[in-house]
Amino acid sequence: MATDKPLLQGQDLAMTFADRPIFSHVNFTIPRGAMISLVGANGSGKTTLTRILLNVLKPTTGKVLTSAGEQRLRVGYVPQFRNLDRDYPLSAEAFVQLNQLSHFWPWHTTKEKRQLHDILKETRLTKLAKTPLGMTSGGEKQRAYLAQALVNDPELLILDEPTASLDVAVKHELIGLVRQLNQQRGLTVLFVTHDLPMAREYTDRYLLLQNGQMTSGNAAALTDEMITD
Amino acid sequence: MFQLEFMRNAFVASTFIALTCGVVGVFVIARNLSFLAHTLSEIGFAGASFGVFTGLAPLDGMLFFTMISAVAVGEMATEQSRREAAIAAISSLFMGLGILFLSLANKSASYATNILFGSIIGISVQEVWQLVVLSIIMLIVMFFAYRYLVFDSFDSVGARVQRLPKHLLSILFLLLLAISVSIGAQIVGSLLVFVLLTLPASSARYLVHTVPRMILVSVILALAGVWGGLVLGYYTNWPVTFFIATIEVVIYLGTLLWDRRATGD
Repeated sequence: MATDKPLLQGQDLAMTFADRPIFSHVNFTIPRGAMISLVGANGSGKTTLTRILLNVLKPTTGKVLTSAGEQRLRVGYVPQFRNLDRDYPLSAEAFVQLNQLSHFWPWHTTKEKRQLHDILKETRLTKLAKTPLGMTSGGEKQRAYLAQALVNDPELLILDEPTASLDVAVKHELIGLVRQLNQQRGLTVLFVTHDLPMAREYTDRYLLLQNGQMTSGNAAALTDEMITD
Repeated sequence: MFQLEFMRNAFVASTFIALTCGVVGVFVIARNLSFLAHTLSEIGFAGASFGVFTGLAPLDGMLFFTMISAVAVGEMATEQSRREAAIAAISSLFMGLGILFLSLANKSASYATNILFGSIIGISVQEVWQLVVLSIIMLIVMFFAYRYLVFDSFDSVGARVQRLPKHLLSILFLLLLAISVSIGAQIVGSLLVFVLLTLPASSARYLVHTVPRMILVSVILALAGVWGGLVLGYYTNWPVTFFIATIEVVIYLGTLLWDRRATGD
């Protein structure tokens, strides 16, 4: 479902922290509707690049261009860690609703309720809607994080190693679901991961950060030998 | 009971106190600020003593001290680990100051007892009005900031990703907390006002699972505590604060047991 039209382009990005260069001359394109993996060893700059795309960090040089020029995209983000303990009180439904910020008044509009209903259905959370999130499994929590990231209809979804703590069956269920959303509604996805088999199976192309440089190619061609610590 | 003016005043005041503490408490629990709520109560004691010393009304002294400290804590300690140490330091200093101001003001120990443990007899019509107006202003501010405060309090990671103004929200909330402590202390006393700011909301989180419902249940439980406390205090002549604290603790323990049975732990 990927088109040739770029949603996002990194142009000659460089990042240096206190004289320590993380990466330089990084150029890449994320086509609208593509599912791309961002891979690389620990410390290669994946998180730094993700934070630049989220607009939390400014690159030392270079810029990120979006389909609307230098304007910000609506980005949904599923982080690796979230400390929701067993006592976390909000239901899955109430947790997803937190990200509905189109109005300030406390009650939710009919449109917001419909969006919530649809996203819970798409992420297979309808049955768990009223269950406190603290009582759900790791995979169910990740689906709730995904639903929250998707509820305000983002143009780009960034998954930041969401499968790191999940067992094999659950991580395939989660990324399989994201792939389905990518193919059915043309959602553009950047999947940051260490897991090369998952990247090969579910993404179209890869971006590899290695020794401060970026390379890219077809995800099917990713091999363990390409990544060195 | 309602033929006595001071009882009418106490009922109106405690109704608004329960309303504000019940609402704010839900956020105190979500943001893990119980310790700070307790510290602000102690700072409130110092503020009231300062008021007595300088001739200000105790409520004004409390508002002055708690609001300044709330902003100071917010600015000094953005990280959890540093916040605890900052709160402990500020708390010790203010308890000491409270005792100093009372001593300088030459007031008797019973005056200190009133500030620390609250008094339903001492609250005037004018103070009730001040308290009602402050409560209404707080609830209006909460109304406008509601969705942002809820997001930041119940999912700090998500709020950061959505680039919510976290620092501003934190300071705003600490100010609201400072005002709640100051008005709550008028009836319950500065030492035990944090009972109303923590226990009703802590109980609510075991019973219901959306923020509006938590707020509703928390307010109902806070009202049960203050109204029950006033009635029992009136008929027994025992301190109202004792009854309020006991009612809230019993409800909290009950909800804990209920939750354990429901989840099979």
